[in-house]
Amino acid sequence: MSQDIEITKDIVAEHGLSKDEYKIILDRLGRTPNMNELGIFSVMWSEHCSYKSSRRHLGKFLTTGERVIQGPGENAGVIDIDDGDAIIFKMESHNHPSYIEPYQGAATGVGGIMRDVFTMGARPIALMNALRFGEPSHPKTKSLVDGVVAGIGGYGNCVGVPTVGGETNFHKGYNGNILVNAMCVGLASTDNVFYSAAKGVGNPIFYVGSKTGRDGIHGATMASAEFDDDSDEKRPTVQVGDPFTEKLLIEACLELMATDAIIAIQDMGAAGLTSSSVEMADKGGVGIELNLDHVPQREDGMTPYEMMLSESQERMLMVIQPGKEQLAFDIFEKWELDVAHIGETTDTGRLTLHHGGKIVCDIPVAPLADDAPNYDRPHKPTPKRDVLDAAHIALTDVNAGLLAMMGSPDIASRRWIWEQYDRHVMADTVDSSQSGGDAAIVRIHGKNKAVAITTDVTPRYCYADPYEGGKQCVVETWRNLTCVGADPIAITDCLNFGNPERPDIMGQFVGCIEGMNEACNALNYPVVSGNVSLYNETNGVAIPPTPAVGGVGLIPDLDFHTNLAGAKDGDVLLMIGENTGWIGSSLYLREVAHREEGAPPPVNLKMEKLHGDYVRRLIRNRRVNAVHDCSDGGLLVTATEMALAADIGFDLQRPAGSCAISGWYFGEDQARYLLAVDENSVNPILSTAEGLGIPATKIGTFGGKRLTSNDGLSLDIGKVRSTYEAWFPKLMES
Amino acid sequence: MKTAVIQFPAANCDRDAITALEKITGRESTLIWHRETEIPEDIDFVVVPGGFSYGDYLRCGAMAARSPIVNDLVKKANGGLPVAGFCNGFQILCEAGLLPGALLRNKNLKFVCKPQKLKITNGNTRFTSAYGGQQEVVYPVAHHDGNYYADDATLSKLEKSGRVLFKYVDNPNGSARDIAGICNEDGNVFGMMPHPERAVDPLHGGTDGINFFKSILESR
Repeated sequence: MSQDIEITKDIVAEHGLSKDEYKIILDRLGRTPNMNELGIFSVMWSEHCSYKSSRRHLGKFLTTGERVIQGPGENAGVIDIDDGDAIIFKMESHNHPSYIEPYQGAATGVGGIMRDVFTMGARPIALMNALRFGEPSHPKTKSLVDGVVAGIGGYGNCVGVPTVGGETNFHKGYNGNILVNAMCVGLASTDNVFYSAAKGVGNPIFYVGSKTGRDGIHGATMASAEFDDDSDEKRPTVQVGDPFTEKLLIEACLELMATDAIIAIQDMGAAGLTSSSVEMADKGGVGIELNLDHVPQREDGMTPYEMMLSESQERMLMVIQPGKEQLAFDIFEKWELDVAHIGETTDTGRLTLHHGGKIVCDIPVAPLADDAPNYDRPHKPTPKRDVLDAAHIALTDVNAGLLAMMGSPDIASRRWIWEQYDRHVMADTVDSSQSGGDAAIVRIHGKNKAVAITTDVTPRYCYADPYEGGKQCVVETWRNLTCVGADPIAITDCLNFGNPERPDIMGQFVGCIEGMNEACNALNYPVVSGNVSLYNETNGVAIPPTPAVGGVGLIPDLDFHTNLAGAKDGDVLLMIGENTGWIGSSLYLREVAHREEGAPPPVNLKMEKLHGDYVRRLIRNRRVNAVHDCSDGGLLVTATEMALAADIGFDLQRPAGSCAISGWYFGEDQARYLLAVDENSVNPILSTAEGLGIPATKIGTFGGKRLTSNDGLSLDIGKVRSTYEAWFPKLMES
Repeated sequence: MKTAVIQFPAANCDRDAITALEKITGRESTLIWHRETEIPEDIDFVVVPGGFSYGDYLRCGAMAARSPIVNDLVKKANGGLPVAGFCNGFQILCEAGLLPGALLRNKNLKFVCKPQKLKITNGNTRFTSAYGGQQEVVYPVAHHDGNYYADDATLSKLEKSGRVLFKYVDNPNGSARDIAGICNEDGNVFGMMPHPERAVDPLHGGTDGINFFKSILESR
């Protein structure tokens, strides 16, 4: 494509720019842009890069706290975990590419999020994910699951960062738009964190990593549009990953970061060379001049337009300290990576590009970032649903109910998935998906402390009531971290929604954010990084609102950590929290009664804090043998997961006068935990709870190999296990 | 005992190996870059670590086996230096010709990561002696290409001469005759797909691997 092409209305529209947006460009430039300049404005102002529909709402989030070193706005968030250690983490979506080409889409999603983390000086130590697929019977689901899981494993395993946990849901709402959200957690020194703001004048700009090819051109624009039946034609805009180069890039960057050679560094993610150079220049208030002839290229005859918009993977841009060029060259050559000195910082405040002896782009940087559209899209609140009384939902056979739940798509064992991920590489995985616990635990290398990590969201709650659902996804991660004995510190989020130009979808978005933020404030649990993925729609059908949350906490002393396994013969099963039998929007209602209705369980944030703090205190006082968050599937599923993890049976006793039977077993009241405790701990736990105003009830005992109750539950644990384990392999082998 | 771990590009279990060796020997372990040409004379035991050297491109372990350091590794191993390769390290030792056979793609074509039960089939070697009478161990496995293959004559020779040290219980990858770990004729070079170096810590993968390393330490 030549820069001499005349810019027509059609070309502007093809670049996803509205008439008004184009007018601003004309106004800021005082002339017509050439093709290169138009392409650069187009990607910088795409939804994906500019957050034009979401920015004003994201600004509401609590983003500060005593442990926050860096909140949103950089490549990833940074928190302080004492002793000079910093944790750097973020979650990001790769939904659109993964639907079109599941293996490469998921793989490059993992690669991209890792780069966000090591760009800031951290060694990646853990990967997590949050996946949503369409209904299991949908013709595409199986191959999408197969490809996405292989892609996540193929990339993370090769780079040598353990994939320690995640979540996977199935629902028809994702038939046309799957969600692949990947999270990376890295470890750095608090005094060696790197940022993207370019500084100085005449400082050399280095390009490092893979060569630039024609892949992924306009990926960011693709991620900012809805799908239709022809979406498969977009396959060429999906990038291809090379985890081997990524691993070399990690080692080389960390080696160079141990010197004082780097002034600023930014990975080339969405919109590649364009967004990385513009962001570095804008944050540092400087200009950048690049000679594109020096960019390492994979193919002959690439135009400036293609180079600037390529999303080839595994590339970094950095500003190097003058005089340190040779040091940088030596390290990158040791790791056999392409490296090139492609430009300098300037004091012009402009992005100036040279190619073939000509200036092919010369535009001010500030408007690209500062004048990006910032829309206040109309939003319509989601109508409230009626509360559904569990008395209207029958449960005649507890055995059939439990088996149906344990073998249902959202509860059944994910062994088929996590056995394809290396969960142990790096020698510090203390707990992972293997245990089925609430959060993964990864030790800080060489120390007796650890980070706990979890991802969670309950889209059916968010769909029913965005505000309560938004609260719930934040508190569930907070509970998950609590369950393993961690102090929850901060979250990253990945906000997946439909088309923001529709007021009902925008209403979901605003509702979820407001609910999330209320929970963040109540729990002193700030958002430090995140990503927004909109336009998750196909042929006008939007996904359920899915604000995935990734929570990180600190286990200061690994001698005090727990998980859901560990119940012993004779242990008493206690429930912390109140069981009102809330059946509306529950998984039982959907999977067994085949009804998706009713208001979701309300989230009482005061109660959440009180109950969680108490459970954490019990863990630190060594009062509990096992802990599990009571969430999807309610009390009976939660207790069964504990039984399976410890390979021990239980006997439940539903107290006389309790709520309706379906609600008692399968209702999803919030702020609840199940604990396995020694018999002699029961009274002290109950009496302290009473003093604190926390409902706590003895609901059963562990022992034997059968699951029984006073309502006729009577199942062999082996039978339950085989139902739980069989579902996923059966789906994938069908 | 002075130990060393060879570092190939993207052989990412180098840290796992170093961590295990330092824990067991109580001494610092040396990382040797693949472009070096010599293993220091005072090294008593070398680990070729697992991972994805050269991204598993071409063929697992094929490119790493042509690294400069491997020439010296072969020379010193043939001279009796104890060497163990885990996972990708096993593949590299096969590609370098220090061990017979090859590792093919897992039978079900999928990567597999899980705790794996193994039968000790020869407890009287420098890699297994510390297990005493213990018959079974659990080491983690994590690989995509662990399906051990050799011709029948080689397999029979390995079995008859006691060079099969470990066999899988519930074969996870389709390996011939359930073979998990083998040694060379002289008994100083050993390779296996499972990871004993990931089983030396009760918080991480269990402790069944400790005696593997103690065997080497004690047989010196």
